[in-house]
Formats: sequence, C-alpha cells, structure tokens
Amino acid sequence: MNLFIPVITMGLIAFVLSVGLFFAYKKLKVAIDPRLEEIAEILPQANCGACGFAGCQALAEALVAGQAEPNACPVGGNEVATRLAAILGVESSAVIKKVARLHCRGHYEAAPVRSLYVGVSTCFAAHLLGGYKLCTYGCLHLGDCVRACQFEAMVIGQDGLPLIDEQKCTGCGKCVEACPRGLLELHPVERNIFVFCRSLDRPAVSRKVCKNACIACNICVRACPEAIIMESNLARIIDWKKIPVEKIPAIEKCPTGAISRLKKEIMAVEVKKTEPQDERRSYCYEN
Amino acid sequence: MNLLVIFISAVLINNFVFYYFLGLCPYLGVSRKIGPSISMGMAVTFVLSLTAVASWMINHWILLPYGLDYLQIVSFILVIAALVQLVEMFIRKVSPPLYQAMGIYLPLITTNCVIMGLALLAALKNYNFLETVIFGVSAGLGFTLAIVLMAAIREQLDLADVPRPLRGAAIALITAGIISLAFMGFSGIIK
Repeated sequence: MNLFIPVITMGLIAFVLSVGLFFAYKKLKVAIDPRLEEIAEILPQANCGACGFAGCQALAEALVAGQAEPNACPVGGNEVATRLAAILGVESSAVIKKVARLHCRGHYEAAPVRSLYVGVSTCFAAHLLGGYKLCTYGCLHLGDCVRACQFEAMVIGQDGLPLIDEQKCTGCGKCVEACPRGLLELHPVERNIFVFCRSLDRPAVSRKVCKNACIACNICVRACPEAIIMESNLARIIDWKKIPVEKIPAIEKCPTGAISRLKKEIMAVEVKKTEPQDERRSYCYEN
Repeated sequence: MNLLVIFISAVLINNFVFYYFLGLCPYLGVSRKIGPSISMGMAVTFVLSLTAVASWMINHWILLPYGLDYLQIVSFILVIAALVQLVEMFIRKVSPPLYQAMGIYLPLITTNCVIMGLALLAALKNYNFLETVIFGVSAGLGFTLAIVLMAAIREQLDLADVPRPLRGAAIALITAGIISLAFMGFSGIIK
C-alpha cells in the first residue's frame, strides 16, 4: 500500500503540471511562419553576413517579413534566389555574381622590400609599421585575406599575391574587410578591365618602388577619356561598362601594365591550400 | 536582520559556485565573454527565484503535510522543469527580444544542479517563504557575480601568455580554484 502513495502523488503532480502546460501551450503558442524553416534550409548557413543581415537566420526572417529581396544572398547565387522566390511567391531578378579582385600587381619581383620584417606574420601588423616594402600602398603578401576566406577561394600564389578562385569565391566580402590596405574589392565577375594599382605616390616615386605601379602617364586617359580619369596620380575607371572593346588595346599600351584586362590564365591557376612555406623567406624576398 | 544574513551568506560566503561547487558546468561553459555570462547569470537568477517559490509551495503544501518529504528530489525536478517550460513559452510570446537574449539559456539551466541544490538546501534549512525567496534571489546574484568575475578574468587570459599544457580548460579550472580560495576570505563575516 505504501508503494502507491508516492506513485499516486507524483502521478497527480505530473498530471496537473502537464495539463497546465498543455493549456499554456495552446494559449501561448507563437505562430511561426512555416516558410521560415524552408528558407533556412535553402540558405547556405555560412552566416557570413554578406547579405547585410546578422546571419542566415536573420535574412530568413527579413525575407519572410518582406524586408529583403530573394536575390539578397550573394553566396547562394541564382539557384538559391530562384528557389527563395518560389517559396515567397515573388519574381526574382538575377543575382549578379561578384567576386573579389586584387588591385595590386606588386609581386616579389616587381615591388622590392625596404626592410626585413620579422614581426607578427599578418598584413595588419605589418601595415601598422608602415609595411616593409618600398611601396606603401601595395600587397604585403602575408595572407590576411586568405585567412579571412571561409570558402577556401584564396591562396597566396608563387609571386606573393593572393590568387582568387572565381568558382569558389562567393563575393561575401570578408577578404575586402581583412585587407588593411584596401586592395581587394568586389566586382561583377564579367568585368575584366581594372587598374591594378592603388598607389597615390608621385610618378617619380611610384616608378621606383614598383615596376607595375600606375605612373600617372595619362596614356589610358587619352585613349578613353569618357571612362577613365586621372586623380591623385592614379588612373581610375569611372565606369567600366563605358569602355568600348575597340579602345582596350590602346588602353593596354600602359607602360607598366597597371591598367589592363584580367589575365585569365593567371586566374585559372587552380587554387589549392599550399603547405605553409618558410614564413620568413616568403616575405623577405631578396631582389 | 535574518534576511540580510541569508543574502550576504548566499552571495559572498556560501556562494553556490565557490562554496558548494554547484553549477560548475555553465560557470565554465558560458564564461568566455562577459556579455553572454551576464545573460546567463540573469537567467539563472530568474530561474532560481522561481524555483525557490515553486519548491517551497510543493514542499510545504504537499510533501510535508503528508509526510512525503522523501519525494523532494523527484518532485522538485518535475516542478522546476514544467515551470521553466512555462516561463519559456511565456517569454517567447510576450517579449521576443528577451527570448532571443535569454531563451537559449533557459532550457540549459532547467535541470542544473545549482537549481536542485537551492531547492534542497532551502528545504533542509527549513526557511519560511520570505527567507526562501531571498535565498533564491541572492543565490542567483551570487552565481552572476561568480560567472561575470570569471568571464572578466578569462577575457584577460585570452591575451596572456599561458604555458601550452595549461591552455583552455586547465587554466580555467585553476582560475576558478584561485577565485574560490579568495572567496574563502569572506568566511569570517558571519558565524
């Protein structure tokens, strides 16, 4: 008989509580949009923040609330956009795939070093000291961008400059933030003409510090004044879409090659995570 | 006066983390950054206060009158779990931001030993209702103090040159031990 007392007591308590919870659940149930779960499944769940929201969950909520367009996710690309549009019942415009492009061609041989740098092996640290190369605007070769990339789309190439794998690059912009010198930018993948230099040095200086720098000679500006201007010793492309194809050869007469088309054969190098090489050698190149 | 003694005792002297070594799992798990540790401390304080009330009711209205105090552990677990579920639903309905901030911690601490420890200790010490509530709130504040202290130290530790074998959990436990030793210094305040 004594066995039954605790059993009945506990049973009663549990019953009362569960009935209470049952009614509370009915009363307090929060209506969750069923689309939220579907959307969350489609999104890449990389939580990279490239869409401008705090993460994939936040984007899903914004999509359901109609505060974001189906093509908001640059990582997922067209496929995700069309599937999202199908769930949300809206028209989707095509996603323009953007990839990161490096605006520097100051590789080991082109841009000599000023001093031996043996500090912390990040671009950020080296940049705080003003860098270790003669050019104070160029790539530091220490791979902050490579480490920032979540998609293994970047690697430091043989010449010290980061290579970007167009296929793997999702245009999330993490490397853009990581580069302390602002040499990386996101551009539509079909754009193929760039000024591969960010140096604002006077021509006399930039000529000395890097073989591939823009030396403000104005050849490109004369070739295509409607789309290219010279500002602070640096050629700038105002609108790449306005550059006619027939003018590209004239523009590419650039004596240093600072403005030119992308060299696709370089881009096509298969990006592999290489073994970490001898760090000191990699950034103390003797020229 | 008695209430003040209970308060100071639960916050500083018989701190649940440093004296009873209860709730070490969230104490070590959620003390990497100060922000989340404050949220965790608040959530624990909240659940502890509720627990104190609920367990006192169960104990004094059902268990003790019928001589069923050997059912304390089981029934406390049941009541606390149900209560936290209810509160979670309620917060989710009423205040989504609060749910975002606290919601994920609530299920974590439902069956934590610090919660059970409080319910059982309050029953053991035969506190009346008001004393139990004060005991619950101050135990929660004590836990918050402990976890925020720990988080603050661990944020600094991230920058410190810790010997390789001691990195991670090892240095966290050593730190916890040293803080605990330091808190022993309070033990003379109340006899």
